[in-house]
Amino acid sequence: MSVTTCLEVAEGDTLGTLQRFLSRLLSEDIVDALLVPQKLPTGDNVVPTLIWDPAVGVGIQRPPLLAGVDPIAPVMPVIAAKAFSKVTATEHGERLAAVLRSCELRAVIELVKLQQASLDNVILIGVDCLGTYEVKDYARLIEAGVDPTAEVLAGAAQGRLIAHEGYQLRAACRMCEKPVPGGPDVYRPDITIGLLGVDPRQQVLIEASDALAEKLGLQANVGQVGNLSARRQEAIERLIAERTAERDRMFAAFRERVTGADGLLAEFSTCIRCYNCMGACPICYCKECIFRTPTFDHASPQYFRWAERKGSIRLPTDTLLFHLTRLNHMSTSCVGCGMCESACPSELPVALIFRAVGQETQAIFDYHPGRSLEEEVPVATFREDELTELGERRE
Amino acid sequence: MDDFEPRIIGFFCNWCTYAGADLAGTSRIQYPPNIRVIRLMCSGALDPVYVLKALLEGADGVLIGGCHPGDCHYQSGNYKARRRVAILQSILKQMGFEPERVWLRWISASEGRYFADTVTEMVAKLKELGPNPLKGVGAI
Repeated sequence: MSVTTCLEVAEGDTLGTLQRFLSRLLSEDIVDALLVPQKLPTGDNVVPTLIWDPAVGVGIQRPPLLAGVDPIAPVMPVIAAKAFSKVTATEHGERLAAVLRSCELRAVIELVKLQQASLDNVILIGVDCLGTYEVKDYARLIEAGVDPTAEVLAGAAQGRLIAHEGYQLRAACRMCEKPVPGGPDVYRPDITIGLLGVDPRQQVLIEASDALAEKLGLQANVGQVGNLSARRQEAIERLIAERTAERDRMFAAFRERVTGADGLLAEFSTCIRCYNCMGACPICYCKECIFRTPTFDHASPQYFRWAERKGSIRLPTDTLLFHLTRLNHMSTSCVGCGMCESACPSELPVALIFRAVGQETQAIFDYHPGRSLEEEVPVATFREDELTELGERRE
Repeated sequence: MDDFEPRIIGFFCNWCTYAGADLAGTSRIQYPPNIRVIRLMCSGALDPVYVLKALLEGADGVLIGGCHPGDCHYQSGNYKARRRVAILQSILKQMGFEPERVWLRWISASEGRYFADTVTEMVAKLKELGPNPLKGVGAI
């Protein structure tokens, strides 16, 4: 069971309220360290940080308690799930709280199941995601004197997350129908920070497990929460409906585009084989990816034989093989964070491709990445009584 | 199209399908010579990357052979192979490529006749399907 309550926001300072709330985890010795996004001193980027001492920021000067912490800023330069994996993959003995947006939380759940991260001594804190800009767009907005966090907070009450004029949220965010931790098909964290459907400039919703609520002295605020939850539900449903429509529109466009070998080749024609998509992907965890080994390096004469056979060959070879293989290896666990697309210098719609293809490969096993720790990762398990027609003699 | 001879790459598990193919040979059962066989210890050891590599390099079909369900020498390799083939076929289909070029068949060590029939059937189906459209494409 859980306790739901409201934190009152004084003077419209939502971030200050969240910073004070999160700093209690450290100052009251509930955890030893906090994994949370923090604004860099330059102000133009917000990055995952591991905080041990709440009085020390990532800058040179010592700001007040957790003053740089910003779990709302609409930017995600890297996915914190990768940081979470590094910090928890091996025995450490510390108590950690991790503040994650929905896709990061879902990626963490996948990584735990893939044995690349651990929830031992971990408190997961999910935050309603208000969408993210590309890093360069966020920096440009900051440079132009815009406060992107304040802008998305203003739309949160209605569930209308609209980008600054002349800008767009990342494609993955525009089609994300799972922005709420603990929402439909998303793992329920130990603490959820609700921003959608409440006016986060006046109050923030906190839902905590009973044990944590007791430690933090959180009292269920039934009257106020009761009023809010209907509004919250409405705002979330509206946002999910909008995002789902956009997702389906983008999926349909993709499916129309990619029919036959020509469409398939056109989709990846501008790939420069930098492997950024793989490096940015939280699910592609292999320490030694087959594409970083000499497996597909061949003796020189082989290239001439291929060229002779086909007339000419594209170099480096195996561009399509790389993307199709990655789809086979990880699309069943793709959480749709879109970091692949953000990392692509050629702006290939890789997030769209992986989400669209993943939708079908996940459906084979009725699998929802990041929903539950009990549902096994499809490529790591099997059932004897499934897919029984596959492999049988066809009459 | 009459002179089109499909080229099939076979990935066979050591314990069942490879032995079944061997039995077809020692029993002098005739089947079309369109298949090139790669032996694996288990169908569950086959990474889809190699199936894709074969297809992208122009193989007209890939035949993956494993032990019947329940008979895997390593308990469950063939069940895992079955999942991977289901995923692979879904991806091929979505990417505009013919999933019918990838066959999974359970063929035991005693099924030499069935092995020969399977290759015969696959060659006929691939002749209907025509050559792999990626065969002559260098820009992959």
